[in-house]
Amino acid sequence: MAKVLVVTSGKGGVGKTTSTAALGAALAQSGQSVVVVDFDVGLRNLDLVMGAERRVVFDLINVVQGVAKLPQALIRDKRLENLWLLPASQTRDKDALTDEGVGRVIGELRSRFDWILCDSPAGIERGATLAMRYADEAVIVTNPEVSSVRDSDRIIGMLDSKTVRAERGERVEKHVLITRYDPARAARGEMLNIDDILEILATPLLGIIPESQDVLKASNVGTPVTLNDADSAPARAYVDASRRLMGEQVAMVVPAERRGFMNRLLGRRAA
Amino acid sequence: MSMRLLRLFGGRNATAPVARERLQILLSHERGLLGQSDLLVTLREEILAVVSKHVALDPDKVLVKLERGKTVSTLEVDIEVPNNFDKSKAIAERRMAG
Ligand SMILES: Nc1ncnc2c1ncn2[C@@H]1O[C@H](COP(=O)(O)OP(=O)(O)OP(=O)(O)O)[C@@H](O)[C@H]1O
Ligand SMILES: [Mg+2]
Repeated sequence: MAKVLVVTSGKGGVGKTTSTAALGAALAQSGQSVVVVDFDVGLRNLDLVMGAERRVVFDLINVVQGVAKLPQALIRDKRLENLWLLPASQTRDKDALTDEGVGRVIGELRSRFDWILCDSPAGIERGATLAMRYADEAVIVTNPEVSSVRDSDRIIGMLDSKTVRAERGERVEKHVLITRYDPARAARGEMLNIDDILEILATPLLGIIPESQDVLKASNVGTPVTLNDADSAPARAYVDASRRLMGEQVAMVVPAERRGFMNRLLGRRAA
Repeated sequence: MSMRLLRLFGGRNATAPVARERLQILLSHERGLLGQSDLLVTLREEILAVVSKHVALDPDKVLVKLERGKTVSTLEVDIEVPNNFDKSKAIAERRMAG
């Protein structure tokens, strides 16, 4: 049965788009059929991170408004044949999305894919509420710092009240994905502890993605990090997270420092 | 020796425990505030309506709180009932006051 998963956070710039692309690609690599849907209307970026920016013709809003049919707007990934993108509009604004129209498109996607990953815009306004509206599951992307955790808490409250599932008295399955985790700062006690974050949010952990240059390199070339350098630390962490989404038991790896003792002592960042 | 040195540095600069404390306090407040929206407002109104059929109540003395826990959440309903149950009298008094 198809699963609709929203990647959300409240706070901006925490890694939602990066995570949508990486998890989508990892799920597709393990044989699932996947569509990643960009809900960040007016500020689309998922097309760039996926390397499909030059192939966008129609978008989510065109489909919602009936200007284009769904198959015309779907873009197939060049590397994985079972990975697709439904881009957002760059010119229109989010008011062009209606609850009913989004529901119809999601319904249509459910009949075509195993996984529908919705990349939410930041904030708690209409765009974010529409992105989570039809979700069965949610990945709450959280950075280990106070404002991100606070916003995640707010988003969890919305997932429990504003989604179709919540209104029916059903549960949206929620997972916390900690991203941009810096082991050196963690060791110095400068960064919120993972256990503390999980306790505060009272939500299970999907994975811990380390802060890494590999993420930037992958987005530079328009390839999800899991495809760009499968051996890199963030790629492995995303692959593990995707396996947990599929219900596998995978031991949690807390990213560790790979730096010399002197560097650590002097607090130098990894080159 | 090296580990002790590290821990010493860590201990002195550790700001994470402060962050945790601040978050815990902040969120317990925010959850209370947010809990007032939508569902809780509706619940509160409906509970008030049901109980008011039988007992005269001061609407301000009906508290509905939701506390989110790890596995379950608790809905706390706190209604202050006056010892004097005379409904018509209480309503008349309220009308005069209002
Ligand atoms: N693990 C990581 N290590 C290093 N940089 C990262 C990591 N994750 C994300 N970034 C970088 O952080 C920036 C923001 O990431 P991204 O666009 O995925 O966030 P977002 O939550 O989608 O932002 P927005 O709220 O604006 O949509 C990007 O430059 C991205 O390359
Ligand atoms: Mg984004």
